[in-house]
Amino acid sequence: MWSIGPLGFATPWLLLGLIALPILWLLLRAVPPAPIRRLFPAVALMLGLTDDETQTDRTPWWLLLLRTLAVAAAIIGFAGPVLNPKPETTGDGPLLVLLDGSWAEAPDWNNRIERIGALLDEAALQGRETAIVALTSVLPDGDLPWRAAGDWRGQLPGFQPEAWAPDGAAVQAWVDGLDEDFDTFWFSDGLAREWREDVLADLQDKGVVTVFEAARPVFGLAPSRFDDGSIVVPVLRSRDGSQASVSVAAHGLDPAGIPRQLAGTEVDFAPGEAVKDVTLTLPAELRNRVTRFEIDGVRSAGAVSLTDDSLRRREVAIIAPTEGREGLQLLSPTHYLEQALVENADLIDGSISDIVLANPDVIILADVVTLAGEDPQALEDWVRSGGLLLRFAGPRLAASDLGRDEEDTLMPVRLRAGGRTVGGAMSWGEPKALRDFSAESPFFGLAVPKDVNVSSQVMAQPDPTLSERTIATLADGTPLVTRKLLDQGQVVLFHVTANADWSTLPLSGLFVQMLERLAVSTRLSALGAEDLAGTVWSLDQALTGFGEVVTAGELAGVEGERLAEEAPGPDLPPGLYVGEKRRIALNVLDEEAALAPVVWPADVAVEGFAVQRDMPLMGILLSVGLIALMIDVLATLWLSGRLTRGAAVTAALVLALGGMAGSPVAAQDELDIESFIAASSEVTLAHVVTGDARVDEVAAAGLSALSRVIFRRTSIEPVEPVSVNLETDELSVYPFLYWPITETQPRPSAEAYARLNRYLRTGGMILFDTRDAGTSGFTTSSPNGRKLQQLALPLDVPPLEPIPGDHVLTRAFYLLQDFPGRYVSREVWVEAAPADAQQAEGMPFRNLNDNVTPVVIGGNDWAAAWATDAQGRPMFPVGRGFAGERQREIAYRFGVNLIMHVLTGNYKSDQVHVPALLDRLGQ
Amino acid sequence: MNQTSPSNWPLGLRRDSEALAAALPPLLAAAEHLAASVMMGEHGRRRVGQGDEFWQYRPSHAGDEARMVDWRRSARAEDSLFVREKEWQAAQSVMIWMDAGRSMDFASAKDLPEKGAVARRLALALAILLIRGGERVGLSNAGLPPRTGKLQLLRITNAMAYAEDAPDYAAPNLVGAPPRSRAVLVSDFMGDMTGVRKAMTQAADRGIDGVLLQVLDPQEEAFPFDGRTIFESVGGTLRHETLKAGDLRDRYLERLAERKAELKALTRATGWQYHVHHTNTPATAALMWMYNALERVH
Repeated sequence: MWSIGPLGFATPWLLLGLIALPILWLLLRAVPPAPIRRLFPAVALMLGLTDDETQTDRTPWWLLLLRTLAVAAAIIGFAGPVLNPKPETTGDGPLLVLLDGSWAEAPDWNNRIERIGALLDEAALQGRETAIVALTSVLPDGDLPWRAAGDWRGQLPGFQPEAWAPDGAAVQAWVDGLDEDFDTFWFSDGLAREWREDVLADLQDKGVVTVFEAARPVFGLAPSRFDDGSIVVPVLRSRDGSQASVSVAAHGLDPAGIPRQLAGTEVDFAPGEAVKDVTLTLPAELRNRVTRFEIDGVRSAGAVSLTDDSLRRREVAIIAPTEGREGLQLLSPTHYLEQALVENADLIDGSISDIVLANPDVIILADVVTLAGEDPQALEDWVRSGGLLLRFAGPRLAASDLGRDEEDTLMPVRLRAGGRTVGGAMSWGEPKALRDFSAESPFFGLAVPKDVNVSSQVMAQPDPTLSERTIATLADGTPLVTRKLLDQGQVVLFHVTANADWSTLPLSGLFVQMLERLAVSTRLSALGAEDLAGTVWSLDQALTGFGEVVTAGELAGVEGERLAEEAPGPDLPPGLYVGEKRRIALNVLDEEAALAPVVWPADVAVEGFAVQRDMPLMGILLSVGLIALMIDVLATLWLSGRLTRGAAVTAALVLALGGMAGSPVAAQDELDIESFIAASSEVTLAHVVTGDARVDEVAAAGLSALSRVIFRRTSIEPVEPVSVNLETDELSVYPFLYWPITETQPRPSAEAYARLNRYLRTGGMILFDTRDAGTSGFTTSSPNGRKLQQLALPLDVPPLEPIPGDHVLTRAFYLLQDFPGRYVSREVWVEAAPADAQQAEGMPFRNLNDNVTPVVIGGNDWAAAWATDAQGRPMFPVGRGFAGERQREIAYRFGVNLIMHVLTGNYKSDQVHVPALLDRLGQ
Repeated sequence: MNQTSPSNWPLGLRRDSEALAAALPPLLAAAEHLAASVMMGEHGRRRVGQGDEFWQYRPSHAGDEARMVDWRRSARAEDSLFVREKEWQAAQSVMIWMDAGRSMDFASAKDLPEKGAVARRLALALAILLIRGGERVGLSNAGLPPRTGKLQLLRITNAMAYAEDAPDYAAPNLVGAPPRSRAVLVSDFMGDMTGVRKAMTQAADRGIDGVLLQVLDPQEEAFPFDGRTIFESVGGTLRHETLKAGDLRDRYLERLAERKAELKALTRATGWQYHVHHTNTPATAALMWMYNALERVH
């Protein structure tokens, strides 16, 4: 392939044809356009006329240029031009494509895959054996999976980024174990890692290493933490050279349970800043709903920070028996509880009935025995639906009969009367210490301080269920904490008081840890291995490499220590882990994480992902040539005078359609407004467009002729009538609508009917014309009559009657008794007179309705009788001879009366009363 | 309009012409001068003279013969005698010349009639009107002398239909027109003007006056041409080549206007009347004009 700059040519020798262009120029120049022969009788008049100019016997220069261009485009097009032809790739031997495959690659994963595809294509052309290895997946044992490059092509979509980083030690061991020579294409995720240098050195020993890396910063979110009433989410980036702005959003379920963005904020990085904290201050209700933070628009697991219990503040209600006296604070049954919880939970207080309505996470009853009224039932319901009822013993409980004979629903065990005291002044023995927690206990793993001892307790009745309900015991085996599961909730009883009266437990750190394990309180910062020792967690929601949160499948449980200490990996995927009533989020990045770009040694070639596509230009050039030739055809026709206007328009349209998609935007609205103003400033008759061209034409001609007649004979001076489209046009400016009925006419839309009804109500008139000589009427049915019934059904039409002899239409201007159009039918229907209309004595007419009849319905084809052509001659014959002309005249008179009636209403009806009025005045 | 096959198109022509003529009442041509050629006709001249129709009663005066007195009318009068006068009725001879040159066989668009067809139709319609009015009509192309009656109408129709081969541009010919009769010339008047001038001056000398109807195609008025064009007459005897027809338009239109002006001047000089008819306008208008023109009394 021969190339100039970015242009290459497949068959460059064809370009020699360009030399012929000047010759073509000369040839074309010499040949003038061929003459047209025309027959023209008036040629006799032209004899002797000579042409002023003679230049047109040569082809005009611009036409020559056009043709030359067309030919040049064709020659160059056929020479096979290619923009950015693919450069040759070098190298042979096996090729390893190494992918980091980490979350940091997810945002431009497709580019990477595309680039790898391009590399594979090249390798396939060169016949190189290829292997693709993703460092985050399970590394192959022994030899690399060498296969033909084309084979890998189909497997490319199977590679996905993982939500963790490669394990450095494993990668190093794997690279050390390779003993072949190969070239390496390393697709790096752009983040600095300790092991990169060594691995690079090893790979370079085996062959050439080319690195592909995106020159963009990697953004990440560290786990959120709770700080001084606000949530702090640190945003990290790998390259801190420039200014950048990202937005962080908090997602969660809204009260309706629909996932949505709950809050969001912008983060602006100044140059040099690699970490920036986002501070969100949210109301507790909103904060507890947040399930994750995300950097908007970054599809990567690193850009997602899941939240867990550390952000949730439990609502805890503490209820203690009312003190009769001003209690000493340190003796208060709830003092230590409040101290333990005030930091980590929201305490609420109130009566039980109020508290249950507030649906707290935990209700603590400190030595409360009697619950009044409906309270026990309310508490039970609340516990059964997932609440935690935590009870502490005390003198009252010991003295009461609660749970004595049979188990109380709100107590985990039955109690023996009185309780016991050990190691007090009045008893033998030492105060008892705590026994280490058993493996079944939720407290398993917590260290028991030596100085915790119990001097008094309430005793549980031995029961078959006692042992399984006991979750903490004293050294002598007596239960200290018992628990009963109640549907989704649980009831827990500490057999000691919540203050230091009976034991030193409330004074120890163990007390707080036990409350945490019971999910009564939550810790602000991440839990350490020590806190999580002995617990087992299962993955509930997993995070994909692209940062999507998906429901995890069945996976083996994970020990709490690992969760606290290990970095995410294939066997510890990041996500939300659920233990007993508690949740812990394992995020891709931990608190100490920092993102830094890789610094590659100078001898490593680093490339981006942009695949330079070669772009064949042949099609474009040939199209240009073709279009130029089409223009030439038009221009030649125009020059020789063979281009009529219609042909020009057609040709231009064809050209426009072929060349580009035209977008003719008519200034419809403005036109409408203009016609609107014109119609409202003069009396304008209108007819409804039926869609039948002939009917519409006749209607327009008829109204036009009628307008002329009215202009000539009356003081109404209508302007030219208009055609009205019911769907689009405003009707209110037209006093009168002529509506010929055709069978094929479409039914107007509901909006159009609404407008028609408004039009009729506000005094408009519609003349329906079935144009079938009234054969339809309302009783017989012609196709047009049925159509009329369909059309008029949604209309707000009053009761109708055949036009009575004393209707005002019979005398609005002319005195008429017949209303012929092209046909003569008496059956013309108008709004019925009111039932009580009576003919007054001495009056020729009844006192009829006040309004203009909103509809006139008939079938006399009036428009056809009115219609005249451009020369003013009637378009249709009416009747025969003079009688016909008379009928046409009466038709015009009917039209005049009709318009008079529309415009003057019942004026003529009132006139008949004038003599009577004058009579009375005279008396 | 002669789109029917040649075997029956005289009938078609006749039918079309009848249809055109049906819309108008019979044409009454004014007989202007009393001449030897005037024969008794059916229409009155609105003056006293020989005829059958009653015209008026007038009081008798000295010199009236006794047999002229209308006794019935006089008996009703008290003391005077009345004479019954009759209207002078005369028939007019009208000679029609219709251009049968090839230049008339031209229509610029498919939906337009040829000029010749229009001319024939107009001429025949006029003939029908005239004959229906009792006039005598002749067709000078075919040498048909003025006669009256339906038979004459058939003759004229036949003569129009079976015209012989004609030159490109025909010269008017009013041979056989009786003196003091009237003439109708229908042509496009695109040819040499000397023939027209000669015919008209000779006719004027013989006391013949008449009307001149120029039938033109709209294209001949508009000259909507452009580019390199060779114009040919219909018969092919004349041709003119131009490289830029658009440039010729103004000068052509000038010449056309000159031609019309010349015709107008000629008609003015000879007491004739002149009208232009375009083939894309209704023929009725032209017929009406001819009707009015022939009715006019000079």
